[in-house]
Amino acid sequence: MSVELDVFVGNTTIMDKEVYQLWLNGYTVNDAVKVRIEGGVMEECEASAEVLLSDTMDQYRTFQMCERLLHHPAKLANQLLFQIPPDRQAMLIERYYAFDDSFVREVLGKKLSKGTKKDLDDVSTKTGITLKSCRRQFDNFKRVFKVVEELKGPLVENIRQHFLLPDQLARDYAAIVFFANNRFETGKKKLQYLTFQDFAFCAGQLINNWTLGAVGKTNNMMEDMDVDLDKEFLQDLKDLKILITDKDLLDQHKSLVCNALRGKTNVFNEMEANFKNLSRGLVNIAAKLINAKDVRDFFIDLVEKFIEPCRSDKWTSIDMNLYLTHYTNSAHILDTFKHHAVWTRYMGVIKSCILRMYHD
Amino acid sequence: MPGRLKAKIVAGRHLPVMDRASDLTDAFVEVKFGNTTFKTDVYPKSLNPQWNSEWFKFEVDDEDLQDEPLQITVLDHDTYSANDAIGKVYIDIDPLLCSEAATVISGWLPIYDTIHGIRGEINVLVKVDLFNDLNRFRQSSCGVKFFCTTSIPRCYRAIMVHGFVEELVVNEDPEYQWIDRIRTPRASNEARQRLIFLMSGELQRKIGLKVLEMGGNAVVGYLQCFDLEGESGLVVRAIGTACTLEKISTFPATATHPNNSSPSKDMKEPGFGEEAPGVPLSSGPPTPLRAQTFSSFSPSKSYSRQSSSSDTELSLTPKTGMGSGGSAGKEAGPLKALLKQQTQSALEQREYPFFTLTIFPPGFLLHVGGVVSARSVKLLDRIHNPDEPETRDAWWEEIRQEIKSHAKALGCHAVVGYSESTSICEEVCILSASGTAAILSSRFMQDGPLDTEHRLSQQPLCVFSAGSERVEGDMGSSASLGFEEVVSPGCGFCHIPYDELNIPFPAQLTYCYCCRRYKVPDVLFTTIDLPTEANVTGKGCLIQARLCRTKKKAQGEGNAMAISNLLPFLEYELHTQLMNKLKLRGMNALFGLRIQISVGETMLLGLASATGVYLTALPSPGGIQIAGKTPSDITYEQHISNMQKKINDTITKNKEQYEINPPEVVEEIIGSPIPEPRQRSRLFRSHSESSDEVSEIDLSHGKKDAFVLEIDDTDAVEDIHALLTDSPTPAGFYSCNTEIMPGIQNWTSAIQMFTSVRVFRLNANLTNQGLNKIFSDLCENLLKSLYFKLRSMVPCCLCHLNFTVAIPEDELIQVAVTAVAMSFDKEQTLENGKRSGEKTLIKAITENDEQLQFNLELNAESSSPNPLGSPKAPSVDYSSFADRCSSWIEQLKLKAHTIRRGSVKTTSSMEKASPLPEGRSRSLRSNRSYSGSSVAVVKMTPLSFIPGAKIIKYLGIINMFFIRETSSLREEGGVSGFLHTFIAEVFAMVRAHVAALGGNAVVSYSMKECVFMENPNKNQAQCLINVSGDAVIFVRESELELTSVQPQSATTQTSNGGEGT
Repeated sequence: MSVELDVFVGNTTIMDKEVYQLWLNGYTVNDAVKVRIEGGVMEECEASAEVLLSDTMDQYRTFQMCERLLHHPAKLANQLLFQIPPDRQAMLIERYYAFDDSFVREVLGKKLSKGTKKDLDDVSTKTGITLKSCRRQFDNFKRVFKVVEELKGPLVENIRQHFLLPDQLARDYAAIVFFANNRFETGKKKLQYLTFQDFAFCAGQLINNWTLGAVGKTNNMMEDMDVDLDKEFLQDLKDLKILITDKDLLDQHKSLVCNALRGKTNVFNEMEANFKNLSRGLVNIAAKLINAKDVRDFFIDLVEKFIEPCRSDKWTSIDMNLYLTHYTNSAHILDTFKHHAVWTRYMGVIKSCILRMYHD
Repeated sequence: MPGRLKAKIVAGRHLPVMDRASDLTDAFVEVKFGNTTFKTDVYPKSLNPQWNSEWFKFEVDDEDLQDEPLQITVLDHDTYSANDAIGKVYIDIDPLLCSEAATVISGWLPIYDTIHGIRGEINVLVKVDLFNDLNRFRQSSCGVKFFCTTSIPRCYRAIMVHGFVEELVVNEDPEYQWIDRIRTPRASNEARQRLIFLMSGELQRKIGLKVLEMGGNAVVGYLQCFDLEGESGLVVRAIGTACTLEKISTFPATATHPNNSSPSKDMKEPGFGEEAPGVPLSSGPPTPLRAQTFSSFSPSKSYSRQSSSSDTELSLTPKTGMGSGGSAGKEAGPLKALLKQQTQSALEQREYPFFTLTIFPPGFLLHVGGVVSARSVKLLDRIHNPDEPETRDAWWEEIRQEIKSHAKALGCHAVVGYSESTSICEEVCILSASGTAAILSSRFMQDGPLDTEHRLSQQPLCVFSAGSERVEGDMGSSASLGFEEVVSPGCGFCHIPYDELNIPFPAQLTYCYCCRRYKVPDVLFTTIDLPTEANVTGKGCLIQARLCRTKKKAQGEGNAMAISNLLPFLEYELHTQLMNKLKLRGMNALFGLRIQISVGETMLLGLASATGVYLTALPSPGGIQIAGKTPSDITYEQHISNMQKKINDTITKNKEQYEINPPEVVEEIIGSPIPEPRQRSRLFRSHSESSDEVSEIDLSHGKKDAFVLEIDDTDAVEDIHALLTDSPTPAGFYSCNTEIMPGIQNWTSAIQMFTSVRVFRLNANLTNQGLNKIFSDLCENLLKSLYFKLRSMVPCCLCHLNFTVAIPEDELIQVAVTAVAMSFDKEQTLENGKRSGEKTLIKAITENDEQLQFNLELNAESSSPNPLGSPKAPSVDYSSFADRCSSWIEQLKLKAHTIRRGSVKTTSSMEKASPLPEGRSRSLRSNRSYSGSSVAVVKMTPLSFIPGAKIIKYLGIINMFFIRETSSLREEGGVSGFLHTFIAEVFAMVRAHVAALGGNAVVSYSMKECVFMENPNKNQAQCLINVSGDAVIFVRESELELTSVQPQSATTQTSNGGEGT
């Protein structure tokens, strides 16, 4: 004796937010039923476990049928199969494309390839997120990546329009695409303290300032304009080397910064002692960015060459802000330094990235 | 050459990838009607092709227009091999043939394939030009309107109700033709879909012809069914009620009738007003007629109780049922005879005085006798000649005759709420028919053929009826008219129609608890909806009796014999169960009773569903008393008293839940214990119904008889357990299988229609009890699941809960439910209007119709200061409209003058409803908005109305039949996944077709067939679904109010109680 078939179809598709979340989280039907029972929905509604099981299976089936549409959210609005109110559609999409920070940290900057997908069970074990959920999130990244890869125009806007995502989520996806495209290294132990939001912030800075789209050189309609760094700019960055190769310039720069900061910070001595090392670090990073391989190490370099030394000297964020401000501005006063535009463009991003990344 | 059909293929979208190499499709479209086919160009390499074709024109007979669907096939062009079909769209042209329905079909329609389901959508435009040929109706029945709705549709008024129409057509089932062995499943499914489409079209046309013959212009309560008889063929049959309807103009003809233009109540006079001596006079003539009609129900009349008379017969041994009471009516007094003459003469000329309506115009339904039903078991044989479906016709003939005689036995001349159904298993077929015996007012019926003189003489009657309907609608009670003999509409229908000295069945009569004058039965069972004017105490609830009986496997006649032997017991037990459950809820009447008997190889299933209510006019039901057979053992007695206590508790609880507290009766129940059981009146095994002698009837209702259950065997114990295991509906929920729930009026606009299907696999070798329990649990659990699913809508009522059971194969039970959940506001803000409180929703809506009519009229006045001088209503479309109308109106032999006036009114009402001046542009406009990025919302409901909204136009009937098959069942999510997708697809296609007609809702929606077959071993499954309903355009009342805010205040007196809906 068994229920062989059990379906419920409403003219307006009924979707329970709670069950949807359980489905997204990759729970099996039975696990989801357990969670729901613990949640007390049974007492609220005078239902039995049997009823709950039937409802959960039904909802799961509905979600599975919808999943195909969620892969192309624009289709959800003009498909005829399910009658779903617009606010529900928005909820479905937003939750489907939502991801776990702990998961995204594991794959950020990795190539979104089959190989990475195969390793997802390790990620699942490590993060405690179900493999099913990991796969969904990974596939979302990959899908967004593939779609925007072929689109012209601004990255965030493309994602928002194509996947009907809210602004913040679209920015996060832009960051993920940007990281995946440039293959930034984020998994090293030294970078573990950084959250996804730290990286997303940095990605936003890079996209807005260092890519082709950023300067408006193109007529806003170039492929990959937001995804690839501006090659010309990277080339120009090599010119900054003069700041460390020219000894006079280096000394001059140092004295300008030290004069400005004297008495304003508790770590003045450490800063003064370290100035040349720190400056070399930053300028070297700039000079190497023309090599794709060094682009990948951008964040690890920032941490190793700059953040770690400062941290060991116990700089505060205020110290850091002060130092970077004067370090950037002083360069413009240097007589023989001509590359003001490149320097501003470079240091603007470096400064905000470092300030964001400078925490425990 | 009376018509030109034009079709234009605009575009496609979301097409499937047909070419793996390019991941694209080279699509083109074939448009076929009859034997003519057109093709579009191939639109290469696109999943969203833009064909933008020319107009394909088909010049065809209107007969073909009615029979044939427009068939659109989307294909993938292949240079080297045969073109692959992507899918098809069948478009029913019928709505375009009626001037009052849709004018264009335009929109995105799903492309459907029987193997793959929906595969993208196609945007089409379809129009029909009917040539100006007044004779065209002679050949076909174009222009006859069809409605699934089993009441007079909301924006129409019944001029006349002609009566029963039926037709059936038979054919060979393509699935069983020899060619099926060599063709693909797809080809076979498509042949079947197409055949059924053709047969439905033909059937509708034939019924339309009958309607025209009767002088009607519409079919209401149209019910079409399929009998898949397997080897022996395919039967499509339909029944309905022929009517002459007139569109209620929401805008009076101020331009053509200046003398009528004053904004008074007189303006509500129907369109035939000029035939009457004048408005004030029209309330004069009715007086004698009314008095005459009602005086026949003098106090000499008596009452009785409901009857579920059933009779079973084997095809070999036909026998008549309860014919004994046939003469009841004729022995009555002269007054009664007068009534009989008047109404019966109208009805007796009809072959079958049957009506498929379940809701009636006020004053139409006078008395209700009880349920009449007939069943017959037949052995199917091959239909040899499809052109002569005589055997099937004869079968139904027999059954209808039987129903007719049952009704006669109850002293009734008509059967209302009539329906027919079949259950087929292999070669055995059970035909069932049921309805409610009733006495109807003659006012909507006209006898004699429609020759000119006769009609002219009847004309005043027509006017009167429409006029008086209005009066009743407004006043709610005819007492205000000053007729002493007039029966209050709140209880009149309960008064017995038969002779109290000649009661056809044991019944207990009392004087009506409302008017104290006429006799009423103690219990009333009916198949109709609760009359809107009925006085009801408390709320109602769904009551179901469920039964399963095993039977031995057998063949041929032996099998048929075994089944017909079982049927009476099955029906008897269902009836007992219903009665017990009714008493347990402290109620005394059932509405919407539907008994379904399903036959399988090794069992019979019976499911009776109805909505129980407490009719104020009927006596309070006694309790249920349990009596032990051998009251010797102390523990046994204790057991019995325990059970008795449980039952009493349940009754008390139920009364609380359903708010049943009739003033006088309450104390009695508390005060006096349930009296001694009367053994003498015990019927069969466990069921005994006490009944006084008819002569003992007194008005004091002091002797409250209990319903006695005697425990004399284990079965009875089981029965009682079964009685008590029905779990109560959770808080915040109500349920009924009728259109409306008494006591709930303030519906919100939140509605959710749904279909739920469950199939249960049984173990072999179950006893009857075991089976019963499983079946009962299955239904209960299904209900519980529904309550849980819909918990977010609380407080809400599940309305029109329609259960269908089937035995798809041995050891499988299938239960399908379609219903609508409707939320309501908890605060009974209308409670203060207690006098009209019981007069439920529909009433309020009819009032709204009138109110609206009135409002708009005022509105028009205010907008154009000189309505006499500037007739702005006539538009370009007007003349063709008048032409189309003219034919049927001409049959009514009305003056051309009237025709013009009527059409002006209609057109102007459209103008009122939308800023655009005429219907066509309106639907075009809405279609344009539909083809935008988001999909238009289409509401679906099994009810005939949409809460908080007004239906402003009926666009035509939706009648769709789909087959879906798969040979990759597992991959599609198993049986549940397969069926879930299919049902969702069916909904989607219904919605899309309604939207293409320019509509935004389907009312009276029903899923009439859901045949599911599976073969998991072969990874295959097949399902057939047939759905129907009426496509409509509705407007929210809040939007309407915006347009008529000003006049609203002027008409507050007439609008009281109307807003609650």
